[in-house]
Amino acid sequence: MRFMFIVTSSQQNQPSPELLEQMHKLADREIKAGRMLDNAGLMPLATGAQVRIKGGGLSVVDGPFVETKEVIGGYAIFELPGKEEALASAREFMQLHKDYMPGWEGVCELRAIVGGMS
Amino acid sequence: MTTADAHRAILAAWRIEQPRLITGLARMLRDVPLAEELVQEALVAALERWPASGVPERPGAWLMATAKRRALDHLRRRRMLECKHQMVARELEAEQQAMPDFDSPLDDDIGDELLRLIFTACHPRLSREAGAALALRMVCGLTTDEIARAFLVPETTIAQRIVRAKRTLSASGLTYETPRGEALSARLDSALEVIYLIFNEGYTAARGEDWLRPQLCNEALRLGRVLIAVAPQEPEAHGLLALMELNASRTAARTDVAGEPILLLDQNRALWNQLQIRRGVKALGRAAELGGSGGFYALQAAIVACHARAATAVDTDWRRIAEIYAQLARLAPSAVVELNRAIAVSMAEGPEAGLVIVEALVSEPALRTYHLLPAVRGDLLQKLGRHAEACAAFRAAAALACNRREQHLLSRRADESATALISALPLGTAGDA
Repeated sequence: MRFMFIVTSSQQNQPSPELLEQMHKLADREIKAGRMLDNAGLMPLATGAQVRIKGGGLSVVDGPFVETKEVIGGYAIFELPGKEEALASAREFMQLHKDYMPGWEGVCELRAIVGGMS
Repeated sequence: MTTADAHRAILAAWRIEQPRLITGLARMLRDVPLAEELVQEALVAALERWPASGVPERPGAWLMATAKRRALDHLRRRRMLECKHQMVARELEAEQQAMPDFDSPLDDDIGDELLRLIFTACHPRLSREAGAALALRMVCGLTTDEIARAFLVPETTIAQRIVRAKRTLSASGLTYETPRGEALSARLDSALEVIYLIFNEGYTAARGEDWLRPQLCNEALRLGRVLIAVAPQEPEAHGLLALMELNASRTAARTDVAGEPILLLDQNRALWNQLQIRRGVKALGRAAELGGSGGFYALQAAIVACHARAATAVDTDWRRIAEIYAQLARLAPSAVVELNRAIAVSMAEGPEAGLVIVEALVSEPALRTYHLLPAVRGDLLQKLGRHAEACAAFRAAAALACNRREQHLLSRRADESATALISALPLGTAGDA
């Protein structure tokens, strides 16, 4: 099954160098193990934009978005046997944050991808 | 959480760590099969402890510490039989140094070790089937039961296969080595063959109820990705990955809602996975950049790429496909390749030209029990309006096919030929036939 991991946090500070190094090692291992298909961190909100539909009108808002509380910091796509493996993988990823960036708070949401069986 | 849930969660955590655990222990013990056994023991220990204590924060470190303790016990027992006490202690200390630091969450590079693991599992001394079972177990972390279910054979068969394979490796002193130079390419060939066997077992499902067993395809794709990640300079590794990606891209279009197979030319191409096709074509391009466009897997991938590129079945470049099959036949002469060339030639030049090649294969001993020979022959005869011969050929093919869904398809085609035969008869004789 294919899973998307989405990491969100209300804190917008960049990951510590130690955390970055550990995440690179983890990604390298997961790519070599054939499990991770894609991953990336996202640039700050100021570089993005939102295209919205509201009340029948379409509008474009440039970042940063003042009302945004939780920001998506990055994503990864995994091919794994099932949800248990996805959970174990996400736990390991978040444990790195706990160990190498104390005080950081955030969420790693994992979602199964439709038609991700192949 | 039920016990079953807890076990699944433990197995999942173990699977992530398992290749690193095996490679770490193998470096210390210089014996891959033994390392694998001790890592299995660590899993058993986790299954006993964790349901009560909960999964630890760093499951990898726990498993590594447990496996390492077992490895040291093992070495101690072995050395006690061989030499004096003090020496044992000193040697064990040295071996402990050789272990990866299990407190650090991740190794710097496990690429070489993973490659060694794949090469050990797929050793040319072992049968391909044994290699497949070992690779699925040691590299993918599948349990014996899962492998048995995937291959539709009893668990004891797989267990015996694994035990025998490990014994062969130990008896030949092949438990820990990194091949170089010429040996490397022979070992790589063997690894590619094993991975392709796993893929085909899932993709064509020679036996059983279902036409496809996606789990095996996924594990084979994963092994293919591992190989190109750890041996990126090997063109045939990219060729094999391309072949698997391109074939797997048609998965959604290969069966109808009832699970019956749909043949390539009848498939709804809108259901083909274009991203997977793109990955396959990219891997094929990489194989070519590395000078491997004439390789065994790259050529097969190039054929599948011809199909993938055609927007509709009639757009297929059959002349090009026939050329590549001819090239493949020169590289690796085989009756099956020749049969496929016959199909391509029939599409490019007409059924008559294809039938000439097929008829030459009828006496081929290698194809005596191969259901696709009479199936192709039936297809060409039907196109030529020779319905009676076509019907007989389809019946023969159905009798040889082992997959139930394929038997259905071939019987249906035999019936179609019979119907065509009756309707082709002059009026008035149909009732007597």
